[in-house]
Amino acid sequence: MNASSLPKPSTSNDVIDAIADAVRADAPLEIRGGGSKATIGAPRNAPILDMSGFDTVIDYDPAELVLTAGAGTPLSGISALVESENQMLAFEPFDHGPLLGQVAGAATIGGVIAAGVAGSRRVSGGGARDHLLGFEGISGRGERFVAGAKVVKNVTGYDLPKLAAGSWGRLFAMTQLTLKVLPRGRESATCIVEGLSPTQAVAAMARAMGSQADVSAAAYLPAALAGGASLTALRVEGFGPSVAARCTMIEVALAEFGAVGRVDAATAGKVWTDLRTLAPLAGTAPLWRIATPPSTAPSLVAALEPFGAQWLFDWAGGLTWLTLDGDPARVRAAAAAASGHAILVRAPEAMRRIVPALHPQANGVAALEARVRRAFDPNGVFETGRFHEVANAN
Amino acid sequence: MKMPEADQAVLSRRAEIVARLRSIVPGEGVIADPDALKPYETDALTAYRQPPLAVVLPETVEQVSAILAWCHAEGVKVVPRGAGTSLSGGALPLADAVLLGMAKFNRIVDINYYDRLAVVQPGVTNLAVTRAVEDSGFYYAPDPSSQIACSIGGNIAENSGGVHCLKYGLTTNNVLGVQIVMMDGEVVRLGGRSLDPAGLDLLGVVVGSEGLLGVVTEVTVRILPKPQTARALLIGFPSVEQASKCVADVIAGGIIPAGMEMMDKLATQAAEAFVQVGYPLDVEALLIVELDGPQAECDHLCAEVQTIANASGAVSCRTSTSEAERLAFWAGRKAAFPAMGRLAPDFYCMDGTIPRRRMPEVLARMAEMSKSYGLAVANVFHAGDGNLHPLILYDVNQPGQLEQAEAFGSDILRLCVEVGGVLTGEHGVGVEKRDLMPVMFSEADLAHQQRIKCAFDPKLLLNPGKVFPVLHRCAELGRMHIHGGALPFPDLPRF
Ligand SMILES: Cc1cc2nc3c(=O)[nH]c(=O)nc-3n(C[C@H](O)[C@H](O)[C@H](O)COP(=O)(O)OP(=O)(O)OC[C@H]3O[C@@H](n4cnc5c(N)ncnc54)[C@H](O)[C@@H]3O)c2cc1C
Repeated sequence: MNASSLPKPSTSNDVIDAIADAVRADAPLEIRGGGSKATIGAPRNAPILDMSGFDTVIDYDPAELVLTAGAGTPLSGISALVESENQMLAFEPFDHGPLLGQVAGAATIGGVIAAGVAGSRRVSGGGARDHLLGFEGISGRGERFVAGAKVVKNVTGYDLPKLAAGSWGRLFAMTQLTLKVLPRGRESATCIVEGLSPTQAVAAMARAMGSQADVSAAAYLPAALAGGASLTALRVEGFGPSVAARCTMIEVALAEFGAVGRVDAATAGKVWTDLRTLAPLAGTAPLWRIATPPSTAPSLVAALEPFGAQWLFDWAGGLTWLTLDGDPARVRAAAAAASGHAILVRAPEAMRRIVPALHPQANGVAALEARVRRAFDPNGVFETGRFHEVANAN
Repeated sequence: MKMPEADQAVLSRRAEIVARLRSIVPGEGVIADPDALKPYETDALTAYRQPPLAVVLPETVEQVSAILAWCHAEGVKVVPRGAGTSLSGGALPLADAVLLGMAKFNRIVDINYYDRLAVVQPGVTNLAVTRAVEDSGFYYAPDPSSQIACSIGGNIAENSGGVHCLKYGLTTNNVLGVQIVMMDGEVVRLGGRSLDPAGLDLLGVVVGSEGLLGVVTEVTVRILPKPQTARALLIGFPSVEQASKCVADVIAGGIIPAGMEMMDKLATQAAEAFVQVGYPLDVEALLIVELDGPQAECDHLCAEVQTIANASGAVSCRTSTSEAERLAFWAGRKAAFPAMGRLAPDFYCMDGTIPRRRMPEVLARMAEMSKSYGLAVANVFHAGDGNLHPLILYDVNQPGQLEQAEAFGSDILRLCVEVGGVLTGEHGVGVEKRDLMPVMFSEADLAHQQRIKCAFDPKLLLNPGKVFPVLHRCAELGRMHIHGGALPFPDLPRF
């Protein structure tokens, strides 16, 4: 069987059939949205269950703050739709295509959720997990089920939507998602401080995040990437009078760190776009996404810089994007020492074959996670080897 | 409500079980005297009462682990308990189960303003977290009305919300990590101090799992800087429709208030009679809209909300000009529950959520039900997110009224699901709504949820009888029944 031999499903029953066939044949199946992140994880050749046929927006009522769409709906379409109503997906999801050397536009909402993608606003607005209210899907048992709901506040039953976000297609094929949407800030401003060291920058960002300025995003580009002086950027969004007042609050809060400037819209746009495309870290060097508490981020990068690491901070220091052409074990050890974990996002095939994309877990958690995976997928249909599962172990 | 049948073999081993618990938790930590068990026989869903087999109050994670491991090995059920304020019977004991009280886990372990988090033990009260950080200008956002009493462990189990969760989220959106002890005694940490977990978001399922997956022994929560100012508007409407339109227009106008609460006429009048804060008595619906943030933002948005309110047909609108006035606006809302005591000896609080656009229709149908049941209902709700709290008034001493109130409550929840909503927005399923779960979920939906329970607690010993209408044996649930498929050789051997 090869990738092209599976017809593209367009109904839940098609998905059930495909999974039932795979279970009977004891063959794996890879769930795919737009394929924009296909190069994350080990190389593999399981047949593709292409979800891009589930591509319609089913319900969108801006005043209810809820949107329901097929899992294969392009992210770009959803973003444009909510923008037309002055709303947004507050977790600021983005298309991984450009940063993985592919064209933009392929990313689907299902893929974005399954990969737990969240942009700079994650630090204030929550992640993919916080905005998935409900879904409908087919598990590895070939059974259709629903979880969560289509209202913004719900605690009925287990919160399976949380589990869906970041599940990387290992539990079920989502066919339909219900997301929470929020009003877009009418205005946005970016304040900057130049020339801070990584330690000073994280301290400044902590000060700003801990102030009453309601900072929506905070990032840091070291001198090597900023072209000249290092750049600490703080974004505020909201109503006009509020944005102006909050910029002043940032100036006061950060006085001891130096002059706080305001950049124009074009410059600000570039700063935040760079954090999505990771243009400053473009190239072929292995790229890592490392989540830590902000306080340990400076020591993390200090440990890896001597080995040639290039890096930048997002999420007020809680997220480090880092390239390093060297021993992957060193990155994982440094991430663990910083109370965090590292995902390998971009790497040559040979490296992905031996280095798992996701950070290895403590034994007890790994065993529990395996049991939860098997709860949805007892035969390991979705174990393609992408995440170094022991493929199809029964 | 039928609870799982007590295991006679376990009941007959009571003395031995108590002795064993005493060997793990010495001193006062084990309660077995029938009189001393009384305070533990119910939570805040007081219609249900059942003394436990024994109560154990451990103080260390090692003790929790040893208790669970022993009970697991011996097939003894365990019910975790925080402060016992659950409104859905989540902490209701079982005759043949050990009640594991977490009250002695009352320490704040670490506060880190740099990373904006606090590490606390589960028995710490919700308000105590805010108290511990407020001098530094921070607070813990989820604020259930029970916050002076309820524990963080209970909040995790119930995924509790509060009046501010429209803007700041429920418990789940404000937690970074937990340490739990699973039923077999194994201790694991899920999540940590970073924003995203390393693997599957198991923390996300543990939050809101109602004490069925593990005993929470430590919690890491996010703390937020306290907003510079907060102001509230008190707005009266001649009809629920107009109030609902105002709510929708505020949100459509791009404003997410810190809180947006609605009360109907009966609730407004009862609250005013109770606290006398100047609520208008001639309105059909009263709205409290709170805005917080920098002074400039509050002032700007207060004006915008006032314009929207007027356009929606408001007949009265006051904007707070002092902190005292803001608190007075809230005083009535916060007293709404105790105020019911003036209208009837007992009330039963429901907790469904509906799509907001269906509000007028749902309230109209609720009024019809109220007539046919002959029981009054007052409505207090989190209008911003469509979370209703109908309060059904009854008198437990009138034969049959409790049953009538429960039947009325069930009908309200069915109605919520019928219009596209859910059974519970923040109080949890517990025993109370357990048997209504099939109204919202199919067999397959529930089986997919319960298999998670099996991954954590395959012997089904932790808090059984809650959440799931039928707790299927795990082996039975695990069996595969493959349907569908189009392979040319359907009976191809699988291995
Ligand atoms: C007057 C009043 C007002 C309320 N207002 C609100 C409100 O505004 N919003 C809201 O969401 N809720 C509200 N509640 C409900 C209740 O306070 C919450 O559900 C609260 O989180 C329960 O906490 P607790 O410590 O009392 O837990 P308990 O009642 O003791 O237990 C609740 C559940 O949690 C489990 N549990 C407790 N501790 C642990 C632990 N350490 N590990 C594992 N499981 C545990 C129990 O087994 C049980 O299933 C209100 C209740 C009252 C009485």
